[in-house]
Amino acid sequence: MAGSSLQFKDPWQEQRLFLSRVIAAGIIVLLLSGVLVTRLVQLQIVNYERFAELSQGNRYRIDPVPPTRGIIYDRNGVVIAENRPNWELVAIGEQIDNLDRTLRSLEQLGLVDRSEHDTLRKLVRSHRGFERVKLANLSEEQAATFAVRRHLFSGVDIQEALTRYYPFGEASAHAIGYVSSVSETDLERIDRSNYAGTSHIGKTGVERAYEDRLHGQVGYRQLVVNAQGRVMRTLETNDPDVDFQSKAPVPGENLVVTLDMKLQLAAQEALADTRGAVVAIDPRSGDVLALVSTPSFDGNRFAEGLSRRDFVALNTDPDKPLFNRALAGTYPPGSTVKPFIALTALQHESVAPEHEIYCPGEWRLPGQTHRYREGRGGVHGNVDLHEAIVRSCDVYFYQLAMAIGIENLSNGLTAFGFGAPTGLDISGEQSGIVPSPEWKKRNFSRREDQVWFPGETVITGIGQGYMLVTPIQLASAGATLAARGTRFAPRLLLGTENGVTGEMSLLDPVALPTVEDHAPEHWQLVSDAMVGVTSDPKGTAHTQMNGAHYTVAGKTGTAQVIGIAQDQKYREEDIDERQRDHGLFVAFAPADAPRIALGIVVENGGGGSRAAAPVARKVLDAFFASENYVAYVVSEP
Amino acid sequence: MSLASLEWGRAAAGGRKRGFKGVVVDMPLLLILFAIVGLGMVVLYSAVSGDSGLLLRQAMRFGVGLAAFLVVAQIPPHYLRIFTPWLYFLGVGLLLVVAVEGEIGKGAQRWLDLGVVRFQPSELLKLAVPMMCAWFMHERRLPPTFPQIMVMGLIVLTPAILIGEQPDLGTAVLVIAAGGLTILLAGISVRVMLTFSFLGLATLPVLWSLMHDYQKARVFTFLNPESDPLGTGYNIIQSKIAIGSGGLFGKGWMNGSQSYLEFLPERSTDFIFAVMAEEFGLLGLCLLIVLYLALVGRGLYIAAQAQDTFSRLLAGALSLTFFVYVFVNAGMVSGLLPIVGVPLPLVSAGGTSMVTIMTGFGMLASIHGHRKLLAA
Repeated sequence: MAGSSLQFKDPWQEQRLFLSRVIAAGIIVLLLSGVLVTRLVQLQIVNYERFAELSQGNRYRIDPVPPTRGIIYDRNGVVIAENRPNWELVAIGEQIDNLDRTLRSLEQLGLVDRSEHDTLRKLVRSHRGFERVKLANLSEEQAATFAVRRHLFSGVDIQEALTRYYPFGEASAHAIGYVSSVSETDLERIDRSNYAGTSHIGKTGVERAYEDRLHGQVGYRQLVVNAQGRVMRTLETNDPDVDFQSKAPVPGENLVVTLDMKLQLAAQEALADTRGAVVAIDPRSGDVLALVSTPSFDGNRFAEGLSRRDFVALNTDPDKPLFNRALAGTYPPGSTVKPFIALTALQHESVAPEHEIYCPGEWRLPGQTHRYREGRGGVHGNVDLHEAIVRSCDVYFYQLAMAIGIENLSNGLTAFGFGAPTGLDISGEQSGIVPSPEWKKRNFSRREDQVWFPGETVITGIGQGYMLVTPIQLASAGATLAARGTRFAPRLLLGTENGVTGEMSLLDPVALPTVEDHAPEHWQLVSDAMVGVTSDPKGTAHTQMNGAHYTVAGKTGTAQVIGIAQDQKYREEDIDERQRDHGLFVAFAPADAPRIALGIVVENGGGGSRAAAPVARKVLDAFFASENYVAYVVSEP
Repeated sequence: MSLASLEWGRAAAGGRKRGFKGVVVDMPLLLILFAIVGLGMVVLYSAVSGDSGLLLRQAMRFGVGLAAFLVVAQIPPHYLRIFTPWLYFLGVGLLLVVAVEGEIGKGAQRWLDLGVVRFQPSELLKLAVPMMCAWFMHERRLPPTFPQIMVMGLIVLTPAILIGEQPDLGTAVLVIAAGGLTILLAGISVRVMLTFSFLGLATLPVLWSLMHDYQKARVFTFLNPESDPLGTGYNIIQSKIAIGSGGLFGKGWMNGSQSYLEFLPERSTDFIFAVMAEEFGLLGLCLLIVLYLALVGRGLYIAAQAQDTFSRLLAGALSLTFFVYVFVNAGMVSGLLPIVGVPLPLVSAGGTSMVTIMTGFGMLASIHGHRKLLAA
């Protein structure tokens, strides 16, 4: 031992102390072992009878009771998503001896589809043994078919359940989204015990974004089941066998969304069988009054369970019904960008409003031979800023874009929210593109591609080239124009209603940074010019808006899908339907006190005046006819 | 430590205290270890429904553990003592590495991948923490003074917090138990013990008031798993049924109600005690508990016979920590304690803890085998 410390230590005393501790520890060890053995005696001797019974014949089971999913209403209280009772076929994994054989027998009864076997097998295996996994929805006849053969299927059962039902079907699908079976991927992002009794989960739209609010809290109760898993009885809380207090589920919150279903239906109808999108926003709050993308799909098919084949058919449809054009479709804005460019020009004093430019139908950059043409030919003669917007003069805006310069131009457009998601409260938005020399450097790898050419500034002036916008960006920017710079993030959730107490709580609008760079007279000038578009006989949307009892500030846009050679004219009949121009429209109304702003795209519709403006007219007519509101007849499934 | 005394120790221990050719093997320890592991393998065979591959892997783990036991048993305790600080700081360093790597990888933060084997640094700390506390007190007067207790508190809590952050609550609790028991054995007075317990209890309401509602809910389910019958409570109720239905004599080997045992989610690891309870009944469990107690008793005997502070504290702490493993696992499975995820030592399938435990017993064998005939 190291000698120096010895004089401070008293080995004998230390050993005595240590010994006493060891003896004390030994006694504690024996006492704790006694506690353990006592517990085991309690379980294995005292309560043996009960546990032995539980482990054999009659067993008991904790049965999760799923909460009722919240209902979704539109702003007028019209039901958009509700729950309807139906029969469903469920599997309880731990009671099935041979899953494959069971699935084959069910297939022979016509209850499950052969192509579903793999999916169902995975689904059952990914759940814990006691969880009830939904295999299929059953019709009344199918439920009866199974009911008489129930004794042949251990671990398979039918139960009454609530299935999500969307009364408006296709009209609400892209905004509200849909619920569908909880998948393996979903299981990783949710609290499994809270979803123990839940078969469906929000996959897109409002159903997904507000899943937490809609779902609620699971409850549970105790059941006595026989060897096949059939429920013999439900244990009441005061039953001596009950180990757990049963717990009632807490229903999910009901949601009130900003949509006006009357307007939503009008927009869906106005788009008819075209490919396109309509977004209507209240400029005073950012409330999304309508959000339609066509073609659409019926969310009920997902809620009921879509076979693999049907899903593949939907997913590979060339018209892409599952694609939400309103949020994720990106289109060149065409001339709808002109009001925003005009404001940017006035801000930078690039032009005096009364200054006239002569439009001969085409324009060349100084020293270059390339001709930048007027969109549909035509010669506008002398036009000032007002008339250039009313008649959509490209030559004027070619020169205006050059006068502003690409840096100021792209900053001016970015301020209105182009080039970034608008902040809508459901996911799936694309950013679109506001081009600039800096953007080009970031997005092209080859050095020679990174150079910004003056010609690219020229065509940005009429919304062609690299620039891309989504319909919701167009509507949101239109709302900003309408509110003269005040911006809100578009939103779909207006408020929530407590599922138990019925207590309503409304959410505040989400304000975004205001566009402050423009003088009041500039806002007025652009607004007046946009009114001219719909009211001046020379306006590009005059015919379509003629006779409206409200004033509309609008701007048409036509986006080229294919380039037209220098010496050729765009002749629609020569061009394949899918390569025809897209029609766009941005608008707000009434012009002096706007309550609605619109962004509209009609793919391959042949131009803004012809394809998009009529859609706007129908939507606005429906909006301003709201005093004649009648409940819409909803078709039964 | 001089070379001369080393020679003397070897000479004195020669012949009687060592096995053939001077190899230190503590026969009583080794026999009890073999008995427990043998019994464990029998139960494991049933728990994995006769999966011989898994059984073979468990046997190989025991083989590795046995090798570790035999190697460590040959290292005289004073060498163990000299290496203690290195081992401790290496362990804490590895914990930091794992924490940083986990931070970057956003993945599990427990394992250190050494290419050939994956290794949990927290296992090292289960041994290094009591060793470090014993090392710290070795040349100091017992019982420890208040500042010394504080230093040992730091030695225990630094790695425990790192492990708890991983998060591996079970191992953190075991590390604290190992260190705490060393401090208790060092002779901390009853009054100080009570003061600390009281202070600990007094901070609980403060902590509670600082917690969010969801954290409170989590603590509540932790303490009372049966309030969450769709989550952890499910395991507990199934394991209680398995234990209870075993009765006095059990249902017999391989006769556990399979449908029931399939409910037990970790029946080859954390819940193997319930499998044994169902198949071998109360009598089987009593046999296992008696074997465990014999092991702990032998360990405490070795501690009482040990000749210096380091050996004494280490032997005592390791033996008692082993009992804590047993008690926490059995208590958890039978619904006495909250679920913390601690395996049943020497019986649960799983590699690292088997090696750690066998290494610990190797140290006990070394302490006993290298005693000198005359007290220092």
